[in-house]
Parts: sequence; C-alpha cells; structure tokens
Amino acid sequence: MAAHSAILGRTRESAWTQTDDRPTLRLVTCGSVDDGKSTLVGRLLFDSKMLLDDQLDALAADSKVAGTAGPALDFALLVDGLQAEREQGITIDVAYRFFATRRRRFVVADTPGHVQYTRNMATGASHAELAVVLVDARKGVVSQTRRHSHILALLGVRHVLVAVNKMDLVGFDADRFTAISVAFRTMAEQLGIADVQCIPVVACDGDNVFGNSGRMPWYDGPSVMEHLEAVDVSDGIESRPFRFPVQWVNRPNPEFRGFSGRVAGGTVHCGDPVVVQPSGRRSRISGIVTADGRLQQAVSGQSVTLLLADEVDASRGDVLTSGTPPMVTDHIAAHLIWFDDEAMRRGRRYVLKSGTSSIGAVVSTMKHRVCIETMAKESALTLEANEIGCVEVVLDRPLVCDAYRDNRDLGSFILIDPFSRRTVAAGLVDAPLRRPANVSWHTLDVDKSMRARLKQQKPCVLWLTGLSGAGKSTIANLVDRRLCELGRHTMLLDGDNLRHGINRDLGFTSEARVENIRRVTEIAALLVDAGLITLVSLISPFRADRDMARRRFDDGEFIEIHVATPLSTCEARDPKGLYKRARAGELSNFTGIDQPYEVPEKPDITIDGGALSAEAAAELIVRHLREHHYL
Amino acid sequence: MNGPSHSSAGGASAFRPAAARTHPSALSHLRRLEAESIAILREVAAEFRKPVMLYSIGKDSSVLLHLAMKAFHPAKPPFPLLHIDTTWKFREMIAFRDRRVRELGLELLVHVNPEGLSQEISPFVHGSALYTDVMKTQALRQALEMHGFDAAIGGARRDEEKSRAKERIFSHRSVTHRWDPKNQRPELWNLYNTLLVPGESMRVFPLSNWTELDVWDYIQLEAIPIVPLYFASLRPVVERDGALIMVDDDRMPLQPGETPQWRSIRFRTLGCYPLTGATPSTASDLAAIVREMAASRTSERQGRVIDRDSAASMERKKVEGYF
Repeated sequence: MAAHSAILGRTRESAWTQTDDRPTLRLVTCGSVDDGKSTLVGRLLFDSKMLLDDQLDALAADSKVAGTAGPALDFALLVDGLQAEREQGITIDVAYRFFATRRRRFVVADTPGHVQYTRNMATGASHAELAVVLVDARKGVVSQTRRHSHILALLGVRHVLVAVNKMDLVGFDADRFTAISVAFRTMAEQLGIADVQCIPVVACDGDNVFGNSGRMPWYDGPSVMEHLEAVDVSDGIESRPFRFPVQWVNRPNPEFRGFSGRVAGGTVHCGDPVVVQPSGRRSRISGIVTADGRLQQAVSGQSVTLLLADEVDASRGDVLTSGTPPMVTDHIAAHLIWFDDEAMRRGRRYVLKSGTSSIGAVVSTMKHRVCIETMAKESALTLEANEIGCVEVVLDRPLVCDAYRDNRDLGSFILIDPFSRRTVAAGLVDAPLRRPANVSWHTLDVDKSMRARLKQQKPCVLWLTGLSGAGKSTIANLVDRRLCELGRHTMLLDGDNLRHGINRDLGFTSEARVENIRRVTEIAALLVDAGLITLVSLISPFRADRDMARRRFDDGEFIEIHVATPLSTCEARDPKGLYKRARAGELSNFTGIDQPYEVPEKPDITIDGGALSAEAAAELIVRHLREHHYL
Repeated sequence: MNGPSHSSAGGASAFRPAAARTHPSALSHLRRLEAESIAILREVAAEFRKPVMLYSIGKDSSVLLHLAMKAFHPAKPPFPLLHIDTTWKFREMIAFRDRRVRELGLELLVHVNPEGLSQEISPFVHGSALYTDVMKTQALRQALEMHGFDAAIGGARRDEEKSRAKERIFSHRSVTHRWDPKNQRPELWNLYNTLLVPGESMRVFPLSNWTELDVWDYIQLEAIPIVPLYFASLRPVVERDGALIMVDDDRMPLQPGETPQWRSIRFRTLGCYPLTGATPSTASDLAAIVREMAASRTSERQGRVIDRDSAASMERKKVEGYF
C-alpha cells in the first residue's frame, strides 16, 4: 500500500477537495464468469481510498459471511449489490460505480459475464469510452472474450484494456502473458479495435492494479490505473455536423417559442443556418436560451433551448441540423442485438425509438445472423435472445438518422414490443436503403406500390361469396384477426354492416343489389390503393356482379373465395332466422330460396363449408396468401 | 512519481503518465451532469401523461428542483411537486419547503397516510421498520394512485447505496409498485423506454450519475438554497444507540436519565428527526462542509437509522415500493 500512495502522491482528502475540472472516463468491465471483474473494480475502489470506515466494516462483515476469499477481504462484495447475486456469488446486472483520482473521475459499468446476459454487457458498452476486458491467465482468450470484444467493436468502443488476471496461478509466466496478448491483439485487429493495452494483474492482491508488481519484474508497462488516468479517448464529436433532436417545444406565452433539447453532435452558434428535418425547412438560429442567460454557442452534450428566426414548424422528433445532411429515410439497414426471450418476428410491428422519435417499424428482411464467436455470417430466419444480426427495417414514416459510426446518438435505436412494452432489441443504423436526400417526403408522389412497400405486403381484395349462413363473415373475421396478429394491415367490409351506413338507402331489388356491389367494390378499391389487404364478405350471388367487381382491380389483386356450404347446412344453421322467414314468405328475392345463386366458375379458393371448420378455412386462406406472396 | 514504481524498472520509456486531455470546448464535469439531468427531466415531461416530482426537502431534492427550473426555463416545470409528509420531519424542513414553493410559485401536493395518522404511528412507539412502511412506502403508493401519476421523479443517486448502483434512470414499476431487480429494462445510450401498460408506473432518477460530492459542488457553484440543518449550529440532542438524535419537538419521549444537550451539530442527510443521526460539527458554510466531508471516514447514509436493519434492507424496501 505504501508503494501505491507514493505513486499517487495524494490522500483521500485531495481526491475529495479538488474541485478542478478533472475529466470523466466512462468504462465498462467485461469478461467471463469468475474472471474477477467485480474483484478488480472493488480493488480499484479500495486502492483509490474511496471506501469509508462504515463501508469497510460492512465489507469485513460481509466477507466473513458470504466471501469466497477466506479470511481476506472479498472485494467483489463491494460491487455485487443485489441480494440474489451475493448468495449466488455472481454479478447479474449492470452496476455503476463512481470514483476519482487526482487526474480523473471514473464511472464504471460492471457487467456480467454470463452468456444469457449479453444485453447487460451491450448496455454497459453503450455508455463506455473504454472497456476493461478480464481474461483468466489460465484460460486465455475464450469464446466469451470473443463475444464481448465483438459487442465492444459493434458498439464503437475503440479503447480496450486487457487485464490478464490471476497471473499468480500461472506462476507469473511472462510467455503465457505474451501469448494471450498476441491472441487478443490479433482478434482486435480483425474487429477494428484500434487501441489495445494488455496488462498482467492479480486483481485480488492488487498487482499492477494501482502500482507495479514486484512479482512480475519482466513487465514494464503501465498499471491499470496509470493507463486509465492517461488514455486519450476524445472522439471529436464537437467538430462533427450539428445535430439537435427536439425534445420539447417550450411555449410559455405567445411571444416565446423555443425548441428544447440536447446537442447530439457538433457545435451551434447564434446566427447559424439550420435545416429542420424531416421537413427540410430552412431557418437560422436567432437565440440560444438557458436559465443562466443567452449563449453565443452550444456544444455537443449541452442542454439548451434554441430559437429560430422564422416561424417554421418543428416538434418533438424533428431534428435541427447543419453541415452534412443526415439520412431521412423510411428504410434502413441495421445491426440488431436481440434481447427478448421471444424471438424476433419478421413482419411483426415494433416501436422504434431513436433520438426523440418513436415510429412504428417492421423488420422486413433478415439478411444474416452474425456468429459472435467467429464473426461469420450465418443464414437465419430470426434472432433469438442475445443473438446479433443484420436486418432491414421499414418504418411507418421517415426517420432522421446518421450511421452509428458517424454519430452514436443519431445512429442508435431500441425496439419496443407494443404489447408487452418490453425493450426487445438494440439497433445500430448502418445505412439508408432509399435516400430521398434533401427532398422532403411530402413532396414525393406516393402511389399504391409505395404504400404497399411501406406496409411490406401486397394489397388485394379477398372477396368471399356464398349463401347466407355459409360462414363468410365468421371466416373473414378469423382471417382478419390472423392477419392482424401477423402485423398485416387489413380492413374488413361486411355486406350486412355496410347496409347500416353507406348502403342504408338500398333495398333488395335487383337494381339495389347491383348498386350495393358497386359501392362495396369502389370502397374496396380505395382500401387496396391505401395498401390494405381488404376482406369483403358479401353474398354476391350473380357472376356478372362479381366479374364487374374483378374488373375494377389490377391483375392478381382480386381473390375470389367461394364459401361453398350446402343449402341444407345453411338453412339448418339459419343464424339470423332468415331462411325461416323466407320459407314463410315474409322475405322475397332471398338467395337460395326464391333467387338462384350462381356458383363461381373459376374461384381462386373454394372452401367446403360443410366439412371444414371456420378456423381451418381461415388457415387455408392465409396459406394461399403466403404461397402467392401476398404476405 | 517517486517510490518503487515501474519507472525504476527500466524500459518505462514506452509509458509516460500524462494528464488526460479534453477538447477545449468540451463541457465541464458538473455542466455535463447538469445537461444530462435536464435532458432526462424534459424526457419525462414529453413522454408521460401525468408526471410528478417527489420533493423530500433534502439537498438532493433542492438540486433536483433547481434543475427542473432550468430545464423548462422560461416556462415553469410542467408537473407539480409531491411531499410525502410523515408528520415527523424536522420543523425547519417544513418551513423551508413552504418558503421555497412560495418563492418559486410552484404547485405543491402534500400527502400524509390517513390510516397512519389515525393510528398515531410513531417511530418511537412502533419501531422504524413499521413506521417507514406505513408513513413512507404506503403513503407514497397512496398518493401516486390517488392522483393517477404515471411517472414520479426522485433524487436518488447510484453512489448512495449498492442496490441503487444497479437501478435504471427510468425504473419500471409493476401495477403493485414493485421493483423487479432481475427484470429491469436495458438502458442503452440516452434512449429510455417510457412505454407503460395501463396501471404500471415509472420512477425516474435524473441524479443517478451524480456523487455526493458533485451535489455539494453544484450547490456551491449555483448557490442553491438548502435547509439550514445542513449547517452546524447549537441544537438540543440526546445520544441513543450511538446516534445523536435532535429533540425537535415535545413528542420525543425522553428515557430516564436523558437530558437534551446543546451541541454544535449538523446533518449530512435529512429525513424524519427521530431516525436521522446528527454529526458533531462546526462546519457552518459550504466550504467548511466540503472540507469536513473530505476528512470524513463514514458514508452519508450512515446517519440513517432505517438503513441499518440489514445489508439488504434497502433492496427489500425498494422492491416493496419505497423510493
């Protein structure tokens, strides 16, 4: 300990009383189970004299009860905060620790090494500038080390300190340390991690943690703390293009309209021209407002309220920008790190949150999964918890974003399950897949195919025809529900229901019947134009009427479904008591009784309504849609 | 850099310790913390239907309130303050509370658990565990449910305590206000999942990344008013179970042989007077407080009687819905 104090030349008092502006280094610790991450963090806290008497007393008491270090202090207990973890002797969540030396302040995210907790590791890494990777000297670089390094590279952590721990258990063997260093550097190079520093340590005894170790005279590099105090992690975000996601429109009175937010890149000055995205409107910064008065400039990381010279419309989710324009796109290529126990479902709707925007989103294409250990691309249909993959995401409306490598805040997103509200994945934007460049979305001509592409489906009309009581509405309803569950956009037009509204004025004469079908056809055509899969449930007994409807649609858009249920079955069901009334002569022109039903000659689908259950019929229709690539 | 460091071991030329560099226009440490907290407060206002800010009158609450005033300037914070009054707070705290709210022109809601009040729950009679549950935890749940708040902003910091170190900034609570430490939502970058199933709620901690020293530095930098009990003064105290308890009113039953002593004391943390231990001190201004803290060998929560029940007492209380 004397050596440590001498090197530091400081006491606890100086660490506390210095109110100069020591910069903060945010780091994440990672490694395999039992590599000694918590022990190293505990040791750093202990050696930086950040522990107080009552905390040391508690540590001594805890070490006796739950410690795994025999009579010595178990430093891992300082950071393993949750009761369950202490009992199991493992870290199961991200813990944030704060300490300082005379050179720097540190925020440490201590993350678990378990395979199933990759999400916590990614969480810690998303806040880190530097990673401390623990490697057990006996085991070397193992699959967990590769997994963690890949996550670090993916999340853009460019500085890595490799603590080769438990050197005492390999007899302080210099060759062993060199071999592990070479193995790690080789991997890091492949991953594009630029800055790697390997240090041999014994975390529980403090060798090379604060000062050097008398037990490894062959090592002449820095100790862990010396490296942490000196490493330069500046990323130049202040000189990148200006980005300002609007969080909140501040409008206390009619005279003041400010846009509150936090600068997410670059620097902004009073008078700078800016572009509001995604609208593309241009204005100029006329004021930078804070509670401490007006500023001339604001830098990345600063929370301010900006005033614009013109009355341009901007609200939460919009981004004020200057310099290189961001992407404004509704179709992105991205990396996903899947978190949820429920696997990713292509075509399912999620909420994508990026910056201050929340937008409906669908994973349209699964390009490949990335093997975390070998970094090989593997073909896959989905992503399970803790898997990483490359996907395409289609959004309900354009997102303003940058590639993650250019701007972490504008290039990152999370996916939220709209029903459970759980965060199911983290994402990193790689590239836009369609680039409207500086053109505003609203100025583009939106056509049917564009709307359909946005919804990732081929719009069509499913026209269910058949006798009253054949089961059309029941089947249509089931198909509708099934498609909704699959995240599809649908609408159901039921003949009976339409007669309560738009067709209220129509009776049951043959003219009225033709007009009824014409109106339903026109409504269905509008809905198909809107990109929807439209279900029509209508007796429509005459071939000519159905052909008229078919002609209203493009080839392949009209799917005729004959619900062929025998008249006797329909009459036996008689759900609305209509057959009874028709037989009694109370209703005229009733299909099947005193009006013929013309059976379709070449229906796209025929359903044997006498034999098939409604559920099976619905499944049959959904399968048809899949096989013919409507879904 | 004297002593038996590696520099004497030869070959050290590869490594020269140097002060870490920062970009000339990078934000200072306190300004970065301030900016992060302001962004979090604005996120709450933008994303929740009916947020509220818990106001406990302590130094962290004072900082939080100050940040809320900054976050929405020139507008007022778009949420009310809520004080869970146990009826056992120091009298000076209540006076300070009412004065601050009046000065700032803010809406303050005060809630006391009516059942606790009618049963005259007292820390002296019923013990700290039951008292805390009834007058704090249950009272807080009542108030949140009564007003239908879906987000409650609090001043807790990760450096306070081990289970706090693992808590999220946006900390999800079930319909029954429970915290599930094993099933917390991951928080990456500055992205917060604020979506709730009806009946669920969120506790939000904008000061998560502040340390105790940051709080004092910031109070000094910004000249934020705090309750005078933080500064040393002559006050009447008795010593009980190793803690100095201030006799704040005549509800405190004195044990045989106990006579209040007038001593120069101050408080590092403020709560209910029967449960808050004082520190002998002569630090009567901020500079003296920071100096005293530097020399201190105990942590701030050491003065809190309720935290000492067991190593995991805070975690258990938090699971049950305590802030």
